[in-house]
Amino acid sequence: MQRFAELIERLEHSRGNNSRVQALVDYFEQTPGATAAWALQVLLGGARRRLITGRRLRQICLEAMPLPEWLFDDCYAQVGDSAETIALLWHQHVDADWGPNADQPLQVWMEELLPAAAALSDDAQAEAVRRLWHGLSPQQLLVANKLLTGGLRVGVAQGLVVKALSRFSGLDEALLQHRLMGGFAPSAAALAALLAPSDGDDTGEVPSRPYPFFLASPLQELLPGDAGDWQAEWKWDGIRGQLIRRSGQGFLWSRGEELLHEAFPELISAAAALPDGTVIDGEVIVWTADADRPAPFNVLQRRLGRKKPGSKLLAECPAAFVAYDLLELGGEDWRPRPLHQRRTALESLIQQLPETADAPGAGRLRLSERLTLDTWEQLEPLRQQARNAGAEGLMLKALDSPYLNGRKRGHWWKHKLDPHTLDAVLLYAQAGSGRRANLFTDYTFGLWNGNGVLVSFAKAYSGLDDGEITALDRWIRAHTTERFGPVRAVEPLQVFELAFEGIQRSTRHKSGIAVRFPRISRWRRDKPAGEADTLATALALLEQAP
Amino acid sequence: MLPHDGLLQLTPEGLYCPAAAAWIDPWRPVPRALITHAHADHARAGCGEYWATAVSEGILRQRLGATINLVPVDYGALHRIGEARVSFHSAGHVLGSAQIRLEAAGESWLVSGDYKRDADPSCAPFEPVTADVFITEATFGLPIYRWSPGAVVARQIQQWWQGAPERASILFCYAFGKAQRVLAELAALGIDDEILLHGAVETLMQPYREAGVPLPPTQPLSALERRDDLAGRLVIAPPSAHRSVWMKRFKEPQTAFVSGWMAVRGARRRRGYERGFVLSDHADWNGLLASVKDSGARQVYVTHGSSDVLARYLREVEGINAEPLAGPFSADEDAAHGA
Ligand SMILES: [Zn+2]
Ligand SMILES: [Zn+2]
Repeated sequence: MQRFAELIERLEHSRGNNSRVQALVDYFEQTPGATAAWALQVLLGGARRRLITGRRLRQICLEAMPLPEWLFDDCYAQVGDSAETIALLWHQHVDADWGPNADQPLQVWMEELLPAAAALSDDAQAEAVRRLWHGLSPQQLLVANKLLTGGLRVGVAQGLVVKALSRFSGLDEALLQHRLMGGFAPSAAALAALLAPSDGDDTGEVPSRPYPFFLASPLQELLPGDAGDWQAEWKWDGIRGQLIRRSGQGFLWSRGEELLHEAFPELISAAAALPDGTVIDGEVIVWTADADRPAPFNVLQRRLGRKKPGSKLLAECPAAFVAYDLLELGGEDWRPRPLHQRRTALESLIQQLPETADAPGAGRLRLSERLTLDTWEQLEPLRQQARNAGAEGLMLKALDSPYLNGRKRGHWWKHKLDPHTLDAVLLYAQAGSGRRANLFTDYTFGLWNGNGVLVSFAKAYSGLDDGEITALDRWIRAHTTERFGPVRAVEPLQVFELAFEGIQRSTRHKSGIAVRFPRISRWRRDKPAGEADTLATALALLEQAP
Repeated sequence: MLPHDGLLQLTPEGLYCPAAAAWIDPWRPVPRALITHAHADHARAGCGEYWATAVSEGILRQRLGATINLVPVDYGALHRIGEARVSFHSAGHVLGSAQIRLEAAGESWLVSGDYKRDADPSCAPFEPVTADVFITEATFGLPIYRWSPGAVVARQIQQWWQGAPERASILFCYAFGKAQRVLAELAALGIDDEILLHGAVETLMQPYREAGVPLPPTQPLSALERRDDLAGRLVIAPPSAHRSVWMKRFKEPQTAFVSGWMAVRGARRRRGYERGFVLSDHADWNGLLASVKDSGARQVYVTHGSSDVLARYLREVEGINAEPLAGPFSADEDAAHGA
């Protein structure tokens, strides 16, 4: 625990990615597996369950201190965070002659001490928590409280953690990314498996494990070569997913690494028709069997809003999986093969599916249509047809490209209808005025800079419907990290697509850019914050602007 | 509000003692000023006559003008000014800092000025003083503020600086008081590496060396050649130099700020320094409470910072008559200064 708190402190103090990676490598080198596994889990944001509320911790603190409640509140107003307020108030308080817990390793805290305290109630719980606090430094107290309230955010992007693991283990970053897909179980064995030497083929080792997604970059210039070297498809406005059939089971993952089984049972049924050892990349979308185009995104949102859809909703809003790419076939990893080979195999795979129309899930697997693009002159007219087709733009993929990891420029491009949208992370919120005076309706959004830090770049007031505003308001209240007068800083977890009219350079803005008429075009609940757009992407839009 | 017939009254010029016909740390020019210490929010130019500790004389003349009319006094010595008996007692805040005690018509008042009770190798220690009425500062009047000893913080600073031999380390702290305290704490750890100083800090070194404060060797940064390598060097500069053109001299330095405000993470992040070291020349929560109790005062007035909070706590929890005293006590400099 002591060493983990030191790591968190060192990460907070380091400037630049290299020193952060070094801090992580040092930690992994000096930490036994079971403890390091938990540290990794926390760093990856996987230990965010709220065991005890901040309010309860405040109560436990106050009960044992000769401190009036109003004084705690005055302190809180200065600090802006209850876990930190308690840490500052408690650290010189001596309650009893208990042994210090700071020496206990992180896994003992995570597996025993914290859950045990959470399971108790009333006085027993209060005493258990105070025993946990006993003898901790303010930094350790802060970490302990954040682990109890599920609010620990280390602010180190997953990419940096993977880079550190790679440097520590000598394994390839892509391999580690893949092994981390679908979640990590914090145990010494899981960490050992994660860092085990690779025989070059991990395919299907864990049946449910998806591959890291390959992401396209916004098209900014004419592409090299002939138009015929590129595969053009519609860019559908759904959520990206991976459909897996392995060991006789079906799995559907979202790009946010969530399992979507219960939400989309018809797609799991559809997966049953696939041969074992198959992984397909595609888009989850609502598409009625006889329609010539998919339903708009807000129809899909009705499905996403339900953990378990009823039969009525299933009938009204039937989902389809539009297959883009083939990642695994016959249990073999096909990602290194060129796209044209993968495409041919994908086409025959889908065409060979049994056409029993009454089978559950039949017709739910659709092939993404390959559009005709013989010359570059056809590109713009084609893009203009996207709206009619119910798509949000075009995808262009190099026919000889492998399926890579994350956002690597050069092979895959997206060419949206409206180039002026960016996916940004909610950073601050402020209450509105008039009818919405009690709701947080004024938002500030940020983009990632080159150092993995979110830089605020736009404010937006509109674009959400009343239901979303209420839901977001509730979320903001529960995830406030700091208050500056009327403004609340929130945990940077929610992604929104912002649309705007124009983009300009600006020296007045910290981000270096100013956007005109920014508004929220939608709430990207499917997207993890790490995948929001970067300032570099915004600057590229700028170059492209007339 | 102070009672209108009290020993001290609040006028537009500041705290006024009619019996002594003198103001304490006046905000505007007055005929006679009693100065607790030489920080800019306490010592202002243009007064007819200054009373201050002999130890602070050099710095006051440097800051207010060499020709000011100044009466130097020793700690603890009793002086008659008008109808009042006045004495200056060490406040432990910076070199020459004092609490001022006034007595007349059978009543005694104590004005704390800025003070701290923690050990500080760069100035005389705080002296507890009793009085009927106590006017105390409360810059850090919240229980979240509790200081670690200066030696502990100096050790952290040393580790931070010496842990980055490939970069220059710029430590920002208030030029008068905090900078010399940090230097003296480093000297107490046995550090004798030469430390580089921004011009604003350099100016204050002479009075400290004359007062016999043990300090490591220092050198003004301006004395170095432009191409001299600054990697691994510790540089001390005032906060005003942060992000100024002065910083252009450095290639990728690491920066830190030394202040009591650094106890809170949000304050650390907002100021944009990589590191914050929690070291203050003001009393922390426990120090404030101890001083109020030591004063034995039947009435306490609280100025600066969290005056409302401390006054309410004294009243409701400690059962001591206490009130916040409003006025421009926390001038703009206060945030930048001694904190
Ligand atoms: Zn002051
Ligand atoms: Zn001062």
